[in-house]
Amino acid sequence: MIEVDHLVKLYGAERAVNDISFEVKQGEVLGFLGPNGAGKSTTMKTITCYLPPTEGTVRVDGRDVRTDGLEVRRRIGYLPEHTPLYTDMVVRDYLAFMARMRGVDPGDVRDRIRDMAARCGLESVLHKQIDTLSKGFRQRVGLAQAMIHNPPILILDEPTTGLDPNQIVEIRELIRSIGQEKTVILSTHILPEVQASCDRVLIIHRGNLVADGTPGELQAGYQGAQTVHIRVDADARAVWQVLAPLEGVEVAHQEQDAEGWTHCVVSTREKADLRPELFRLAVENGWTLAELYRDEADLEDVFRQLTSN
Amino acid sequence: MHLTWILTKRELGAYFDSPAAYVVLSVFLLFTGWFFANPLFLENTASLRSVFDLIPFIYLFFVPAVTMSTFAEERRAGTLELLLTLPIRDWQVIAGKLLAVVIFLGVGLAATLLYPLSLSLMGDLDLGQTVGGYAGLLLLGTTCGAIGMFASSLTRNQIVAFIIGFGIIFVLFLLDKVTVFAPGWLAGVLEYLGTDFHARNMMRGVIDSRDVLYYVSVTFFATLLTAYSLSRRPE
Repeated sequence: MIEVDHLVKLYGAERAVNDISFEVKQGEVLGFLGPNGAGKSTTMKTITCYLPPTEGTVRVDGRDVRTDGLEVRRRIGYLPEHTPLYTDMVVRDYLAFMARMRGVDPGDVRDRIRDMAARCGLESVLHKQIDTLSKGFRQRVGLAQAMIHNPPILILDEPTTGLDPNQIVEIRELIRSIGQEKTVILSTHILPEVQASCDRVLIIHRGNLVADGTPGELQAGYQGAQTVHIRVDADARAVWQVLAPLEGVEVAHQEQDAEGWTHCVVSTREKADLRPELFRLAVENGWTLAELYRDEADLEDVFRQLTSN
Repeated sequence: MHLTWILTKRELGAYFDSPAAYVVLSVFLLFTGWFFANPLFLENTASLRSVFDLIPFIYLFFVPAVTMSTFAEERRAGTLELLLTLPIRDWQVIAGKLLAVVIFLGVGLAATLLYPLSLSLMGDLDLGQTVGGYAGLLLLGTTCGAIGMFASSLTRNQIVAFIIGFGIIFVLFLLDKVTVFAPGWLAGVLEYLGTDFHARNMMRGVIDSRDVLYYVSVTFFATLLTAYSLSRRPE
């Protein structure tokens, strides 16, 4: 559906996007993840034909953005970063304008607005001027205008930035329901968002593609420290004396609570599971074991590992 | 073509939904009305001369004020990105906005039609001069509008857009007035390049293709510059 092939985008001498290639299949929800200024927006802007690629090709539905920009744009619904809207317009008029500009037949405009209002929960604000709306409603208006012509592809640049937690959940649910029928690319620097809504994740860092896979695959491929928590009914010092000499293991944190339980966090760079060894030590020393669990590497760890150098 | 018109209608809606448009139009009519009524009653001259002479002056401020928001405001609000990623060509965006500016200026001019109308009731109105004058002013307005829009495409700040637009329009307005300081061969060139010169030709009731061609080509050139400025997509 979307093919990005060796895309390079220069701003002057700065390489905003440095040789990125990827493909998005029909019906996929793809998340662009990366720190601010990583090149997420720039990549999206080349797909939507706002910025021409410096090098490489971008094809949507087999059509090149350079030579067939209008056809590409007809297939895309785009919500730019910060949700720009004509704030002096009434929601209904704005949606009607965007529908006409996006090629909806004049006779169908009413129906499309009604559909979008129902889908995005805009019925109560259709007659309001956009600058009187809350951020959450504006975001929904932005989504509604992007979908008004029923495009096969949706590109959403940071669709949940600046929303409160309830609004984030609402917008996320909306995106998930959209994702069942459309190809969606969304960018974010919020990790749970990707886990919540995306089939596949691309991590971009300083213009380079550093990871590409499902959230599960990325977590599995994580090459970081293994962290195990243990809580036993022994004196903190005694626990330390047992754990510290272990080879390749580091006691990252230790603390004895008021009830006498010692909570200890140990980490190792080795692959082998530490838990059997810790259990054996607890039995050997006669400690009562209250907790023993391993931290699963989450996307946050993957992300930090890939983007921190 | 119809996309251009949809955009024009939105732009006109934006103009006429805001009180600023009515303030600007009222001030325009106040000035022209004064310059029409003054000679009529005080000097007993039934002529549109003073109104026609005044309007190019007013346009120096009026047109950049109308055009300053066209692209600068869209750029500031980020809607320019949305607009330019719609299935519409850049030149259609420019044409749609210019058409809205011209219609807005046309509404201002149309309101002054009351003056020739009242003159024709009282005495002889030179129809040729009136038609030529209005055509010249509309062409002048279109040209200044295209220049003002170019200025607006350069910046995200409306005030800066106004000042740049005013500067360019003012220089072009002055060109045919500084010919006394220029050597003979240059004087003709300067005169031809001046925006006001051609409108004054037309106010005499002569619609000369050279004058029309001048306005059309300057408008076209300013539009090309705007298209170039938009294609750079700076952000």
